Amino acid sequence: MAMELDVFVGNTTIMDEDVYLLWLDGYTVSDAVSMRMKSGILEQCGASQDVLESDTMDHYRTFQMTERLLHNPSKLVNQLLFQIPPHRQNMLIERWGGGAAIVKITVQKCYKILNPFSPSLAPSLPPSLALTGRYYAFDEAFVREVLGKKLSKGTKKDLDDVSAKTGITLKSCRRQFDNFKRVFKVVEEMKGPLVENIHQNFLLSDRLARDYAAIVFFANSRFETGKKKLQYLTFEDFAFCAEQLIQNWTLGAVDSMVEDMDVDLDKEFLQDLKDLKVLITDKDMMDQHKSLVCTALRGKLQVFSEMEGSFKNLSRGLVNIAGKLMNNKDVRDLFIDLVEKFIEPCKSDKWSLNDVRLFLTQHTNSVRALDAFKHQAVWERYMRVIQSCILKMYHD
Amino acid sequence: MPGKLKVRIVAGRHLPVMDRASDLTDAFVEVKFGNTTFKTDVFPKSLNPQWNSEWFKFEVDDEDLQDEPLQITVLDHDTYSANDAIGKVYIDIDPLLSSEAATVISGWFPIYDTIHGIRGEINVVVKVDLFNDLNRFRQSSCGVKFFCTTSIPKCYKVVTVHGFVEELVVNEDPEYQWIDRIRTPRASNEARQRLISLMSGELQRKIGLKVLEMGGNAVVGYLQCFDLEGESGLVVRAIGTACTLDKLSNPSAALLPACNSPSKEIKETPFSEDPNPNTHSSGPSTPLKNQTYSFSPSKSYSRQSSSSDTDLSLTPKTATSPKGPRICLSPSSPTLSSDFLTLTNTFQLPMGSGTSLTPHSGHANPVGLRKTVSFSEDLLLAASGMGSGGSAGKEGGPPKTLLRQQTQTALEQREFPFFTLTCFPPGFLVHVGGVVSARSVKLLDRIHNPDEPETRDAWWEEIRQEIKSHAKALGCHAVIGYSESTSICEEVCILSASGTAAVLNPKFLQDGSLDNYSEHRLEEPSPPSCGFCHIPYDELNMPFPAHLTYCYNCRKQKVPDVLFTTIDLPVEAAVTGKGCLIQARLCRLKKKAQGEANATAISNLLPFMEYELHTQLMNKLKLRGMNALFGLRIQISVGENMLVGLASATGVYLTALPTPGGIQIAGKTPSDMTYEQHISNMQKKINDTIAKNKELYEITPPKLFTLDPEVSTFKGQNTEISEEVIGSPIPEPRQRSRIFRSHSESSDEISELDLSHGKKDAFVLEIDDADAVEDIHSLLIDAPLPAGFYSCNTEIMPGIYNWTTGLQMFTSVRVFRLNNVNLTNQGLNKIFNDLCENLLKSLYFKLRSMIPCCLCHVNFTVAVPEDELIQVAVTAVAMTFDKDQAQESWKASVDKALMKVIAENEEQLQFPLELCSDSPGAQLFSPRKGLLESASAQAIPGAQRATSVEYSSFANRCNSWIELVKVKALTIRRGSIKTTSSLEKASPQAEGHARVRSTTAYTGSTITVVKMTPLSFIPGAKIIKYVGIINMFFIRETTSLREEGGVSGFLHAFIAEVFAMVRAHVAALGGNAVVSYIMKECVFMENPNKNQAQCLINVSGDAVIFVRESELEAIPVQPQTTSSQASNSGADVTT
Repeated sequence: MAMELDVFVGNTTIMDEDVYLLWLDGYTVSDAVSMRMKSGILEQCGASQDVLESDTMDHYRTFQMTERLLHNPSKLVNQLLFQIPPHRQNMLIERWGGGAAIVKITVQKCYKILNPFSPSLAPSLPPSLALTGRYYAFDEAFVREVLGKKLSKGTKKDLDDVSAKTGITLKSCRRQFDNFKRVFKVVEEMKGPLVENIHQNFLLSDRLARDYAAIVFFANSRFETGKKKLQYLTFEDFAFCAEQLIQNWTLGAVDSMVEDMDVDLDKEFLQDLKDLKVLITDKDMMDQHKSLVCTALRGKLQVFSEMEGSFKNLSRGLVNIAGKLMNNKDVRDLFIDLVEKFIEPCKSDKWSLNDVRLFLTQHTNSVRALDAFKHQAVWERYMRVIQSCILKMYHD
Repeated sequence: MPGKLKVRIVAGRHLPVMDRASDLTDAFVEVKFGNTTFKTDVFPKSLNPQWNSEWFKFEVDDEDLQDEPLQITVLDHDTYSANDAIGKVYIDIDPLLSSEAATVISGWFPIYDTIHGIRGEINVVVKVDLFNDLNRFRQSSCGVKFFCTTSIPKCYKVVTVHGFVEELVVNEDPEYQWIDRIRTPRASNEARQRLISLMSGELQRKIGLKVLEMGGNAVVGYLQCFDLEGESGLVVRAIGTACTLDKLSNPSAALLPACNSPSKEIKETPFSEDPNPNTHSSGPSTPLKNQTYSFSPSKSYSRQSSSSDTDLSLTPKTATSPKGPRICLSPSSPTLSSDFLTLTNTFQLPMGSGTSLTPHSGHANPVGLRKTVSFSEDLLLAASGMGSGGSAGKEGGPPKTLLRQQTQTALEQREFPFFTLTCFPPGFLVHVGGVVSARSVKLLDRIHNPDEPETRDAWWEEIRQEIKSHAKALGCHAVIGYSESTSICEEVCILSASGTAAVLNPKFLQDGSLDNYSEHRLEEPSPPSCGFCHIPYDELNMPFPAHLTYCYNCRKQKVPDVLFTTIDLPVEAAVTGKGCLIQARLCRLKKKAQGEANATAISNLLPFMEYELHTQLMNKLKLRGMNALFGLRIQISVGENMLVGLASATGVYLTALPTPGGIQIAGKTPSDMTYEQHISNMQKKINDTIAKNKELYEITPPKLFTLDPEVSTFKGQNTEISEEVIGSPIPEPRQRSRIFRSHSESSDEISELDLSHGKKDAFVLEIDDADAVEDIHSLLIDAPLPAGFYSCNTEIMPGIYNWTTGLQMFTSVRVFRLNNVNLTNQGLNKIFNDLCENLLKSLYFKLRSMIPCCLCHVNFTVAVPEDELIQVAVTAVAMTFDKDQAQESWKASVDKALMKVIAENEEQLQFPLELCSDSPGAQLFSPRKGLLESASAQAIPGAQRATSVEYSSFANRCNSWIELVKVKALTIRRGSIKTTSSLEKASPQAEGHARVRSTTAYTGSTITVVKMTPLSFIPGAKIIKYVGIINMFFIRETTSLREEGGVSGFLHAFIAEVFAMVRAHVAALGGNAVVSYIMKECVFMENPNKNQAQCLINVSGDAVIFVRESELEAIPVQPQTTSSQASNSGADVTT
C-alpha cells in the first residue's frame, strides 16, 4: 500500500524559504525532512512525519519546475506558469532601480519575501528577485575553489573533489558551477558594462552582480587563485581586485562603447607596459627614483631601513610583473607574483599596512619627477591597480 | 446573423528551441476558425518573434461563433520537411458575444501542447463585430449570459427566475475511433480537445436558445459535465437555472434605507415605467424599493429578440386582459409567437412604457428548436407566469383575474421545478423540506445516432422525475441546490441527482411582480432567520415520522429536529457558533463482474452505502453537537472491484432547531463486566468529544444541554432495529451505536416515496453490527482541526463574517495504491478514511502561515481509476479572517452578514426588509381578489397541494434500456431551535455605496495577478463586472513519465499549467479573478511500465473584474458600514 501520487498546487505558488534553502544546498528529500523535523516544526504545527514528507516533496517539485525559469531570470518575471505575487507599488522601479538597495538578503528577510502569506510585511523586493538572489547565491568556500578556473566540463568533473573538500553537497556544487557558467556564457560577448549586464540579465542584486562580474572576469583570464600561497586570500579580496582590473585595465576603462570591453584586458596597454622596464634597466633612473622615495619617506616609515635595503628588489618586482603581463600565462600569475615579489618580502620585514601604503604611494608619485621617464600615463594606470590590489591583499 | 471575427497575432515569447543547430526557431502562426485558416509570415530565427500581423477576418454565422473555438497554432517553419507544431491555443470567443461581458480578448496566452505542456506564449488580439440580430428563426443564442455561480451574480439583480434548463449532446469519442490506431497521441488528444470544445459551444448555444424561449437572458448555476463513456461515446451535458437578470447599472447609486412605508413604495413600483432605472435610483428621494423592484425593461436586451417577452412580463400589473390568451397558449403551437406579439401590443398600450418595448416586440418567440425536448411545459409555464404577474396590482382596483392557484400551479406545472442555485436572494426561500436524491445504474451502449441522444435524455428524465416526486412527498413544490453527476466504470454508469426539496416564494418565479406575495404573508409572517426551517409538509400527514417541535426562534411553527440540505446556509439564518466540515467516508468491496450482473451487484450495494453514509453523517453531526447540514454532497464512485462513497457537508447549529441529543452506545452482552467497562469508556470518550466540540465551535445554546440520549424507537422495516428500544438490554449479540431516528425515518420515507409513484420498496434497511463498531471508531479517529483552522464546504463559514483579504485557492490530488489483495471492507474503510484525513492534515500544514483561516468550499472528489487505485482530489480556498472580531454574538454577525450580502448585492432584492417591515398589513390588503379557491389553497399546507400533481408523464419514459435501477431518496428532517430575528437592525442598509474610483487596480505588473476562488465572491473586494464564463478542457499526455518526475511531477506540472491557462484567459478578457471556479473532472491514467501517463482536466468558473473595497470611495452612510469596511480594508495587505 503506498501513496502513488501526491500533489498540491496553489493558485499562488507557495514557497517555503527554509525548504528552498535546503533544496539549494542540495539535500535530498529525506535529508530535508529529517532536518526540518529537527527544527521542531512538527511540534509547532502538530503534524506528522508523512505530512512533512509530502510537503517537502511538493516544494522540491515546485523548485525543480522553477529552476528552468531561474536559469533565465528575466523569463521569470513574465512567465505565466507560476503566480508569484508581485508587489503593489513600483514593482518595476524597484526591480531595476532598487536592486542596489539590497545589500544582503538575510535568510530572515528572504523568508518574509518568499512567503506569500505573511501579509503585513510588505516586502520591498519582488519575490522573484529574492528567489533569484537565493538561487544565484554561492558559498564562499566553493567559489574559492573554482575562481579563475576554466568553466569547462573538465572542471565540472572535478567538482566531487571540491564537494569533498568543502563539505558542500555535490548537487549544490553543480548548481553553483552551472550558475557561474551560465552567467559567463550570457555576458561573455555582450556590449556594455559587465556588472550592469549581469544585473539586467539575471536580476541579481547589485552586490551579487559585482561578485559575478568578478567570477566571470577571473574565469575569462583564468587568474591563478588556488596556489597555496594564495589560500589566505578571500573571495572578497579577489572580487575587489577584479573590480580594480575591470575599471582600469580593460578596454572599457578607455572607451565604454567597445565590445566585450569589460572582460578582456586592454592588449595595447599590456603591450605598453614593457616600456616601464626602463625604470629598472636604467640605473640612473632607478637611483634617482630611490632617492626621491627615500627622501620623501624618511621619518615617516617605521621600517625605513628595511625599505631602503629592499627598494631595488621591490621596485624590480613591480616593474617586472608589468613587463610580463603581455603574455597570457603571466597574466594568470598576476596574483601569485604580487604575493611573491612584493607582499611576502614586506611581510617578512614586518611592514605594517600603513608602511606599504605610504611606500606605494610615494613609489608611484615619485616617478613623475623623473624627467627622463616618458610613460607617466601607463605607469599610473598600472600602479593604480597594483597599489589597491596589494593593499587589499596585504593581510594575514 | 453573420458576425465578423477579427484576430491579430502580435508576438510570441519564450518559444522553445526547434532548431537544434541554431538554437532558434522560425515560427509562424496559423489562425483557424471553422474551416477558414490564415497564416502569418514566418519570423525567422527568433525565440521572441514579432509578427505584428494584419487583422485576419472571418465572416461567420453567429451559430458558428457560439460553437466553434478559435484555434491558434504556432509552428516552426521547416523548408525541407513538414513544419513542426509548437503548440496551440484555443480561445472561446463566447464572452465577446454578450454586450455585457468582455469587448476584446487581448493578451498573452500560453502555447499549449498536449505532449510537452506549455511552450512559450503568444500575444493575440480578438474582436467580434456582431450585426444586430434580426432573424427570429435563428439557431443561435448570442447574448445569453452564462454564470457558473450558483447564486445571483453580484452585479445583477434578478427579475425573474424562470427555472431549470438542461441539454445534452453526444458524440463519438475520438480516442475510440478507428483512426486513433494510426494517428499520433498528439493528434488524438487535439481531436478530443477540439471536439469537446465544439460540443460545449453547441451545448451552450442550445441552452441559450431554451433560455430565450423561456424569456430569460441568463443562465445561473450553469454546470456542464463530460461523461467519458469510452466505447459508447462522449456525452456533454449541462444544467442550469434560467433567469432574467438586470444589470445593476449604477452600482454606486445610493440606496436609501427602505423601511419607511413599504406598502406605498410597492404600490408605486408597478407604475414606475421609467425605462431608465438609473434616473430613478439616482434620485435621492426614490425609495429603495423602487429601484429594487422596478423592472423597467429598457436597457441591455438589445441583442435578444425574445427578451421582449420578459420585458413585457415585467411591465406590471394593471393590464389584465392579456392573461386569458396567454394561458391558453398551447406551448407547442407554432402560433405562439404571434400570440405573443399581440399580447405585447395590448400590453404596451395601457402601460405606456411602449417606447422601450416596441423595438423588440416584433421578434417575440423563437419557435424553431432543433431538438424539441421536454420544454414545452416550461414554455407554457413561462407564459402563464407572465400572466400571473399581472394579477397583483396593488390598488385593488383592476380585476386581478389571476389566481393564486394559477401562480401556484405555475411552479408545479413545470416539468422540473428545479433550481441549480444554492444561495438565494433573501425571501426567496420559504421552507426547506430536506434532501432528495436519486441514483440509477445503467449499462452503457454505443450511441448510434449522435443527433438523437434520446436514451441519455430519457435516463436523466427518469431520475429527475424521481427527484420531483420525492420533493412532492415532502410537501415541496421545488428542488433547489440541484445537481447531477455520473460515475462510470467500463460499461456501467451510475447516474445521480440530488437537491433540496423546498417551497419557494413564487414571486420571483413569475415575472417579478412583487406584490404577488400574499401566500407567504397570509400563511405566516415568519421571521427570516428561522422561516426556512419550518416544515413545509402537513404535520398530521407527515411523509415520515419525525419529531417536531415548535420553532425555538419564533415559537409559532413546527420545525424538525435535524435538517439536511444541499444548499448554502441562507444568510439570514440564525446560527449558534461556527460550522465545520463533516465527512462520511465509505468503501465497499464488490465482486468483479460484467455487464448486467455487474450492474445488479452495484445497484444492490447502493442503498446500503447511502444508508451507512447517512448514519455516519448523522453520528458525526451529533458528535459535534450540531443539528443541521448544509451543502451536502454525496458522491458514490464505482470501480472494478469496489464502490467508494464520500459525503461532505457543513454542520451547523441552527438556532431554530432543538439541541441535538447525544450518542449512546448499547452493549451486546450485558453480563460481561469488562465489556461493559469498555463500552462505558467509549461512551465517556464520546461524551467528552461532544463537549469539546461544543467548545471548539462555540456552540452555546441558551438551553441546557443534556447528554441523555434521545429515546428513540426504530420504526424501520427491519425488526432487528425496532427491537432496540432504549433501556431494554436486547440480547443482540453485538454492540452497536444507537442509531438515530433519521434512519428509520429515511426508510419509512423511502417506502412512502416509492409508494407515491407506485413503485415497490426500493431497498430494505439492514444494520450490520460490524459496521456499527466501525462507525464508532471512525467517529473517534476523526482528527480535530488544528488551532486557528476552520473548514466548511459551503460558500462561507457560518459564524465567521470578518474575512480579510488573504486568499489561496488550491488543488490537491492523491492516488493511493492498494497492494493488499485480501482487503476487508473494514480495512478498506480505514485506508480510505486515513487517506482523506491525511490529505486534510497536509492541507492544514501547508496553509499554516495563513492562520487564522478557514478552508471554504472544500470540494472532494473520489474516483477509482483502476483496480487498486483510489483517487481523491480536493479543490478549496483558504481565506484569512480577523480573529479578534471572530467572537461576536451571532446577532451581530447576522446583522453583519446581511449587511454584507446586501451591500454586495447592491440594489438587488431588499426582500428581508420587506419581511420585517412593520406594515405588513398594507400588503395583506393586496388584492388577492383571489377566489376562495386561492384562499383555501393558501391555507392548505404544502404537502397537500403537492399531491395534486400528476406523474403521468413519468411512467412510460424508460423502457428501451436495460433498467437496473434502484433509486432511492433520502429525505431527512428534524429539528429544534432558539432564535430571534434582528432584521430591523440590518435594514438601514449599509449602502455605504461606494463608487469606483478607478478600475485600474488590477493592472500594474507585466502580468495581471489573477485570483481564483471556488466561491462566488472575493473577500474585501467588490465584483464590478462579469467578463465571461470560463470553461476549459485540457488533455496532457506523456511518454516520458520518469523524466518528468513520475506521476506526481507530471500531474503537478499539469495542474499548474491549467491554472496558468485559466489565468491567462481571464487576464485576456480583462478580468482579474475567477469566481465559482470548479475542477469538474480530473481523470488520471498511468502506465508506469510503458513510462506513460495521461490526464484530462475540465475546469470552469466566471471571469470577473473586482476592485478592492479599500480602493472604493466609501460613502459613510452608516457607522456600521464603515467599521466593517475598515476591518476589511485594514487588513488588505497581501493579495
